[in-house]
Amino acid sequence: MNDVDSNLARKSSTPDKPTNDPLARTPSGIDVPVTITPDMAGAVEIGAPGQFPFTRGIFENGYRGRLWTIRQYSGFGTAETTNERYRFLLDRGQTGLSVALDLPTQCGYDPTDSMARSEVGKVGVSLSNLAEAEILFDGIDLSSISTSFTINGTAAIIYAMYLAVADKQGVPRDKLTGTIQNDILKEYVARGTWIFPVRQSMRLIADSVLYANAETPRFNPISIAGAHVRDAGANAAEEMGYTLANGLAYVDEFKARGGDVNAFAKRLSFFFYVHMDLFEEVAKFRAGRRLWAKLLRERYGVTDEKALRFRFGVVCGGSSLTAAQPQNNIVRVGIETLAAVMGGAQSVFTCAFDEAYQIPTETSAEIALRTQQIVAHESGVARTVDPLGGSYYTEWLTDRMEEEITRIMKEVDDYGGVVKAIEDGYLQSQIAERAKERKEATDSGARSVVGVNIGMREKSDTDAGEMFHQDPETVRHVTEKYERVMADRDNAAVGKTLSRLQAAAHTDDENIMPHLVECCHAYATVGEMVAALKAEWGEFQEPIRF
Amino acid sequence: MPLDKKRILIAKPGLDGHDVGAKVIALALRDAGAEVIYTGLRRSPEHIVRIAIDEDVDMVGLSILSGSHKELVADVVARLKNEDAGDIKLFVGGTIPDDDHAGLREAGVAGVFTSEMKIETVIAEIERQLT
Repeated sequence: MNDVDSNLARKSSTPDKPTNDPLARTPSGIDVPVTITPDMAGAVEIGAPGQFPFTRGIFENGYRGRLWTIRQYSGFGTAETTNERYRFLLDRGQTGLSVALDLPTQCGYDPTDSMARSEVGKVGVSLSNLAEAEILFDGIDLSSISTSFTINGTAAIIYAMYLAVADKQGVPRDKLTGTIQNDILKEYVARGTWIFPVRQSMRLIADSVLYANAETPRFNPISIAGAHVRDAGANAAEEMGYTLANGLAYVDEFKARGGDVNAFAKRLSFFFYVHMDLFEEVAKFRAGRRLWAKLLRERYGVTDEKALRFRFGVVCGGSSLTAAQPQNNIVRVGIETLAAVMGGAQSVFTCAFDEAYQIPTETSAEIALRTQQIVAHESGVARTVDPLGGSYYTEWLTDRMEEEITRIMKEVDDYGGVVKAIEDGYLQSQIAERAKERKEATDSGARSVVGVNIGMREKSDTDAGEMFHQDPETVRHVTEKYERVMADRDNAAVGKTLSRLQAAAHTDDENIMPHLVECCHAYATVGEMVAALKAEWGEFQEPIRF
Repeated sequence: MPLDKKRILIAKPGLDGHDVGAKVIALALRDAGAEVIYTGLRRSPEHIVRIAIDEDVDMVGLSILSGSHKELVADVVARLKNEDAGDIKLFVGGTIPDDDHAGLREAGVAGVFTSEMKIETVIAEIERQLT
């Protein structure tokens, strides 16, 4: 079944000569000398904080001007239970909401669909229509918080729903702040919530981004994410390389659809994982920030300094956490938070220590939040901008990471670009191969993981402690609400809005967004809107390779 | 090769899109000599059981990280029984809490694998049960 082209170049980050010393090489395959001397460090232009090429950060005053946004991802079960959790988090000092949606909502199925029933409310909240969104944000003033949605395949629809809720709350659209992930390219590679074929998806994203720039100028309509590719198996350099390659593909698409790069680039944002290698993570962010600014200036002639600023959020944890001895994860997340902040992140999400095996409890979620507050207010790392800047190791490794990221981007370019690499399944196979290598390295002990291959316990218990229990009534409750909405709404009006949506999808150049907002206001469901678009665009045919 | 001539279906039931574990195991089973078929994402239990029977496999491995393992496993087990294909061994891998392992075995699953198990342990257990 494996039909990966054998003549494709293997990545050079695969060790040529295995080293026995796990300390000698970073996870991205960069060999590190025992001593780095001043003459080896900082050959590339570093510049000042807040100035091109932004190696030292996008703001001249670092976190002294404004601390990063503490943004915890949460959402489960029904809109009512999630609304309660949001109020709990806001009450305890969280400054932004992050909405986790269930898989039916992410993949475009209504809760009553046979594909959906076993997954309603499982990994996030079920949000099938405007009535649910009204409950979700009940009592929360949308003009005073920023809301981040981890949503991709149905991002344009969920964004339309957010606008409709704001309209109903009477909040002017230009007051809305937040982010939709809206990055479909990495869904095909790693996360799997694609719906439409690649090229139609790119059009939908361009429509939503250009519409958002005009309607909600303070809202980030796309967050180009390397996090999922990373968590699936890619190393830090590949994470950044694939993400910047995807970023350029979006820039090309938005330009082709009439966008002004000096304008839309200001609202592009990025999203990454932070795993455990502290200096490599810091170097990854510094190198990525510098490279993005240079690419936009050199390739697209971007002149507006604000459009060159590489803004990113991060998540700490994920596959760097272990189910074995889970309390150790608290320490891991603490170190990763330091890396995120010393790398200059604009927002940070810290995973709860029990997230390797369950939805966090209130206790574990609170520890994750406190971890950030300890780093922010006790550690002192926020005191001066880019505190690791000028360290021989940091500057040397930043240069090496930039070289490696550039090489990976060129490899994708040489293949024919990201869209082709995804349609062929090439990137997907690369990630699977990388995941297998990482697993084998963990099994053999070549990659050290405390609790798993160092300092193991005889008994393989997870010491879970308090367990989160999902309400078994969720599906019934969500279904009842759904049926009530279907009975109460004006079905003729819904039918008309859906027809207009489909007609717009039939054209190549009419923006889809106004129709989606109209559908949401009429209480059309996510499943219905997706069905109307599928009727015109079809579905992605997954290249099945491993 | 320990799994020579064994036919194995690796499947992703439901909507969960995390397929790396499934692919890593598929690659490892292939390396161990098995003929491996992978379904791709978002397959219904009905579709998975149909392929298992049409392809005359010895084993089905379900990869589930969405927390929906109880429902999806029960569905697949019932459909295999209905089709008189109860002899096909069923394994489950993914994010499966320890507390659920016994219940899945009682429901008819031959083995439960989690991401922290060594690949060689997984392969050895599959080999033990298939040969």
